[in-house]
Amino acid sequence: MTTPRPLAYLDNAATTPMRPEAVTAMLPHLGEQYGNPTGSHSLARAARAVIEDAREELAAALGCDPGEVVFTGSGTEANNLAVASAASGPVLCSAVEHHAVLVPVTQAGGATIPVDADGRVQLAAIEGDATFVSVMLANNETGVVQSLGDVRARFPSAVLHTDAVAAFCWVDLAATTAMCDLVSISAHKFGGPKGVGALVVRDGVKVAPIIRGGGQERERRSGTHNVAGIVAMAAAASATVREREATIARVEGQREQLRRALLDVSDVTITAPSAPHTAGTLHALVGGVESESLLIALDDLGVCASAGASCASGALEPSHVLAAMNVDPVAAKGALRLSLGWSTTDADIDRACVALPKAIESLRVAR
Amino acid sequence: MKVLAAMSGGVDSSVTAALLLEAGHEVVGATMKLWGGPSDQGCCSVADVDDARRVCHQLGIAHHVFNFSEDFDAAVVAPYLDAHTHGQTPNPCIECNRHLKFDRFLQRGRQLGFDAIATGHHARITNDGGAWELRRGADEQKDQSYVLHMLDQASMAMTLLPVGTMEKSVVRAKAAELGLRTAAKADSQDTCFLPSTGGRETFLGDRIPLRPGRVVDTAGNAVGVVEAVELVTVGQRRGLGTATGDIRYAIDVDTEAGVVTVGTRDELMVARQSLGSMTWTGEVVAAGDAVLVQTSAHGKTAEATWTGVEVAWNEPHRKVAPGQSVVLYATDDDRVLGGGIAQ
Repeated sequence: MTTPRPLAYLDNAATTPMRPEAVTAMLPHLGEQYGNPTGSHSLARAARAVIEDAREELAAALGCDPGEVVFTGSGTEANNLAVASAASGPVLCSAVEHHAVLVPVTQAGGATIPVDADGRVQLAAIEGDATFVSVMLANNETGVVQSLGDVRARFPSAVLHTDAVAAFCWVDLAATTAMCDLVSISAHKFGGPKGVGALVVRDGVKVAPIIRGGGQERERRSGTHNVAGIVAMAAAASATVREREATIARVEGQREQLRRALLDVSDVTITAPSAPHTAGTLHALVGGVESESLLIALDDLGVCASAGASCASGALEPSHVLAAMNVDPVAAKGALRLSLGWSTTDADIDRACVALPKAIESLRVAR
Repeated sequence: MKVLAAMSGGVDSSVTAALLLEAGHEVVGATMKLWGGPSDQGCCSVADVDDARRVCHQLGIAHHVFNFSEDFDAAVVAPYLDAHTHGQTPNPCIECNRHLKFDRFLQRGRQLGFDAIATGHHARITNDGGAWELRRGADEQKDQSYVLHMLDQASMAMTLLPVGTMEKSVVRAKAAELGLRTAAKADSQDTCFLPSTGGRETFLGDRIPLRPGRVVDTAGNAVGVVEAVELVTVGQRRGLGTATGDIRYAIDVDTEAGVVTVGTRDELMVARQSLGSMTWTGEVVAAGDAVLVQTSAHGKTAEATWTGVEVAWNEPHRKVAPGQSVVLYATDDDRVLGGGIAQ
């Protein structure tokens, strides 16, 4: 095994390191405060209070009422729960959704809304109405941001869901998703732990539970609460919102440095360069190399990056997002996603700026 | 050396990686994702990838998965379908070796800066200070030199086959000694993309038209029908729809005309057969040279002469189903000279 060395971690879109506030918040619940919130004794009531405090804290960050927050086991679960609530009638989602929306929508007999070359929904291409529409606020691969206001205007009476998993860190969800009926988030994308997420369900919107049993979360999601995870998620959310402006300002500068370093290499194009995007994601198409090889070469140089979704075996799959954007399939083979986050340092960026041209050139040399 | 070990998730490739580490090489394991279709079993399935990954973890080496499914589809599956459509009997595992393992995978290894690739095949690559030579594996029953016949000097120069000098039982013992989870894993037998229920028939039936055909004897007399002419292989005896008392073998399959010709065992025997798409491990074998010919993965060899385009058997030999690989060995029955496709 090679000696561990400091990594330049540029895969924050996959997951983020936990914020110290989140770790601090969860520790007591890994120790002495182990109560199950469902129960009548003092230990249970204490746990109950703690998750309700977390609910309020998270609701404030999301701009909704505490009663509108349903804790789930992941962003994927939140998405599944949202789609399951679709009543009969046409169900639509964008063609660039994460598989956690695409798969349930497809299985429900839904259709996709085509996107333009930037990956933004082409609402005019859809005829007629829909009863359920899901459009992700920001794309997890490219970082491109949608105009949910336009979606709402096009489908005024539909139940509108947005997968805000990739957007939370970078966008004020309270302001931007106010017109949505359902909003999904995932803790480990904003400095919280893995294994916990939430779905905002606006008052009056019915969700059919997909996990049934004891009736927790007002019958919307049964199962004993992941108290430690929930508490950490709320702490991470608050910290993220509090530091958002400063984080964005810092990350924008770092992203720009990476962008310049990439464009200095020949035959590299930035994907959807003029589309509105989240501050943290930089997606590029590197000519003459394959993503798989590039990621391995970068890994050897201590840089963690990614390119797209992996399948069950761990192999990279061709990106359905790039395909929907009509990116040339040959160019799409050289996709590279660099995603920054709250913990990205200038040292990470410096290391990446050296590693990127080195890795790319090494793969282009004819052997 | 920096070696990229191809890990199938089986015991041979697991031990291969271990042996390379013991020899002091820097090793990285990689599994190719080739199929993952509905069958997803046999070689390189998701479960196999997990096994390979865990073995690498046990050995303390990195493990990667390469998605070569597009290449596999183009170089192995599509030609497989095409061959059956034309009444030929392809050998997809050989095409996988030719185009994926010792082409794509080898190129990827080179590109990533590795000095060599390694596989768990039971065969040996030697060099006595001259040319590279491909030889049978030490374990006669497991010898896989037949499926590696397409290797050439360039690919042999960059390929290591560590278990080729070992008996299978010794390989398993080594795996057990190392506590590898694949020590007792059964060897994969069937083509990786054929489903376990329905096999070839289901796979082909879902993808190409399977048309009924007439069965005739060598005089042209109708003797029966078959449901799917594309599923008939030259040399097969069963399922030919013949009601006659004597045993008949398929001796010709004409998918265009929809006709299967059957004959007696004698009529199945041929004196010579031409081979196409020849590959040579080293020097091209000269016309007139004596060779030993092997016509299946573990079949017995037969003495023959290479004419430059045909194998001329010393004794009449069963006609090889067109599409199957025919491999030429030196008269020492050890060195692989080359091979081609039966016409």
